[in-house]
Amino acid sequence: MTPTIVLNEPLSQVSLLFVSSAMAFIAVALLLFSFQLVQLSKIEGAVPVSKLEKIGFVILIFGTIVLGIGVVLRGVAAGRVPWANMYEFAISTAFLILLIYLSAMKIKDLRFIATFISGFVLVTLFASVSLFYVEVQTMMPALQSYWLVIHVVVAILATGFFTVAAGLHIAYLVKASNRAKNLMDRFPSLEILERLAYRFNVVGFVQWSFTLIAGAIWAERAWHRYWGWDTKEVWTFIIWTLYAGYLHAMATRGWNGKRAAWLGLIAFLAVIFNFTIVNLFFKGLHVYSGL
Amino acid sequence: MRNALFLLLLLAVAAVPGSVYPQRSADPNGVKEFFDREPEFARVLDGLQLFDVYTSAWFSAIYILLFVSLVGCVVPRTKVHFDAMRAKPVKTPTNLKRMTIHAELAGDPELAIQKAQKVLKSMRYKTQVQGNSVSSEKGYLKETGNLVFHFSLVGVLIAVGVGGGLSFNGQRVLVEGETFVNNLASYDSFSPGPLFDESKLLPFSLTLDDFSVLYDLNNRANIGQPIDFIATVTTTAGEETKTDEIRVNYPLAAPGVNVFLTGNGFAPVITVRDGNGDVAYSGPVIFLPQDSNMTSLGVIKAPDANPDQIGIIAFFYPTAGELDNGAYTSIYPDPLSPLLTMNVYKGDLGLDSGIPRNVYALDTASLETLASREGPNDPIMLTVGESKDLPGGLGSVSFDGLLRFASIDFAYNPGGVWVLLFSLLALGSLTLSLLWPRRRVWVRVNQDGVIEMAALAKGDDQRLEQATTEIRKRLEKEIA
Repeated sequence: MTPTIVLNEPLSQVSLLFVSSAMAFIAVALLLFSFQLVQLSKIEGAVPVSKLEKIGFVILIFGTIVLGIGVVLRGVAAGRVPWANMYEFAISTAFLILLIYLSAMKIKDLRFIATFISGFVLVTLFASVSLFYVEVQTMMPALQSYWLVIHVVVAILATGFFTVAAGLHIAYLVKASNRAKNLMDRFPSLEILERLAYRFNVVGFVQWSFTLIAGAIWAERAWHRYWGWDTKEVWTFIIWTLYAGYLHAMATRGWNGKRAAWLGLIAFLAVIFNFTIVNLFFKGLHVYSGL
Repeated sequence: MRNALFLLLLLAVAAVPGSVYPQRSADPNGVKEFFDREPEFARVLDGLQLFDVYTSAWFSAIYILLFVSLVGCVVPRTKVHFDAMRAKPVKTPTNLKRMTIHAELAGDPELAIQKAQKVLKSMRYKTQVQGNSVSSEKGYLKETGNLVFHFSLVGVLIAVGVGGGLSFNGQRVLVEGETFVNNLASYDSFSPGPLFDESKLLPFSLTLDDFSVLYDLNNRANIGQPIDFIATVTTTAGEETKTDEIRVNYPLAAPGVNVFLTGNGFAPVITVRDGNGDVAYSGPVIFLPQDSNMTSLGVIKAPDANPDQIGIIAFFYPTAGELDNGAYTSIYPDPLSPLLTMNVYKGDLGLDSGIPRNVYALDTASLETLASREGPNDPIMLTVGESKDLPGGLGSVSFDGLLRFASIDFAYNPGGVWVLLFSLLALGSLTLSLLWPRRRVWVRVNQDGVIEMAALAKGDDQRLEQATTEIRKRLEKEIA
């Protein structure tokens, strides 16, 4: 027997308020990071430790906390995990991207892609608040499964790791093209950028493989077949294949470097395509956008 | 590697059209609609197998080539790896300064070699003393993982193929109270794999005792949203009888087959009597849902009615609401005030000609209309328990009761568990191959007494520096 969950739309509005405030913080952080980049490209010689950047990170961390509260409140309002439709998936992903990025900074210096990360997260949040927002809804029976927790949370994690890697790919490609030389000289070497991107992609790829398997197990329970080339399954497969291609490129002489970076970036574009275009315009069984 | 890369990218691109055009396997109706909408273009696409992308010759060619190249690459590598695991560590390179990590150690050069071997051994390196140096290596699991991963993918492919061949899946619509007996004739539709054998159908029967839908009644914005579908069924296999629930996401394991709930609707019980007063039709009629409030459409055919054959197209509204134009619609999916409206036709229903007809459709082109919204008489309207005469002395019709039906899917795929096992093996070995470090470490005492240490990683190795620092510390302590 499934008990009826009491939804709390007013609380969801409070959550929306938190998400919107987080956007404001992240926007300020983005401005500071961009300003910092402009400054860096002007200065010759040694780099002074920038107060701007430090303030930017404090604000970004604060924005992440506010966003986290917004995500949790949304879950409480809906009485379940906050990733059962497109809006919820987007805010949860945005939160986890920030969390992964900020945690990774404890291990490696990744300050130089702060502009990309905060910009990407801001765009994601803007799209989810303005385009994807839906009131909290009763969850359809097909989604009522613990696989919703396992399958989706790992998909979100994988997306977070791929996003950080994409930022590193972009940094690599800009640096390799010899543009913005003054600025790029302050970025890590091409070799380090490539290695870092590889590590994030590797973790993302393992998680993506897990998501694919977990999704197949759930599909067997819910749709009586583990694989049926549903549009979402097709794109999950395409993304997996593209990242597998990237890993092979990294191990193939003449294909690592720029070509691999492009490939990683194309694979990441497929991830975004899968979440936006496939969700909204392709016909399939994964109809959970709620729009 | 280059081939694998090329074929992987080709496979990714080749998979795209299957998400753009409807596929016969996933969306047969979409294909039919495409043909109706653009018949010329559809024929061209069909010629290119674009409605069957994943079984098409070109898609199959790509993945078969990919697997051929995979096997061609992995088999020789397995032999190389097997030999490498049993071989001695490599010869210490002449110029250790060119390795990723290079350091000069402080300590007694006399002890260095012996202690270096001891330290490296304790850290599970395979070591060999080569004159004035120690060569060591560890992390063979990286390559083992890589090879097992690729072999697992072959396993997945075989399990998918063989499993698909032996599999079957069938559908059956059951009205509450009806019983399904597991044999080929009982299925409404049945699609077996090419290796299916009828003896795989184990004997059991399944009765749909009850079907209920739970609606959200607490949340104002979601009133009427279904939150659970529950089919209560009794299965009998041999001597054993048991009662279970089937819900979405929670299939039932019946003998030799899993039983899934895939759809539901209403089945009003209707009796039609002909002009002579004889029963021409009696029983539940499957009504197909047309919208989220379960406005449903059903067809009744009474070819044995006398003097005229009777055809009825009926609409069912679980909670009827009248629109401004006098037509009805359902305003709530649960049957709070159920209503049937019927358009009545007479004439040759075409059932005697031997051509199979869709039971859910009635071709009214050659029939005479007796009652409809356009006349000549108003549609027949019935609530539960009511009975009304048909116009023109055709007979009468009664709405005796209301049942629900469930669409049940029966699926069997013995490959599934193997696909899962190989997938999990692939996942585990993939993780191993990507994250397990493979390192070579050398320690050499030069003639001038300088102790050199160097290390090199195969592939990406985040902790190489950390690991060698630890070796260095332990070694320097030993030889201090």
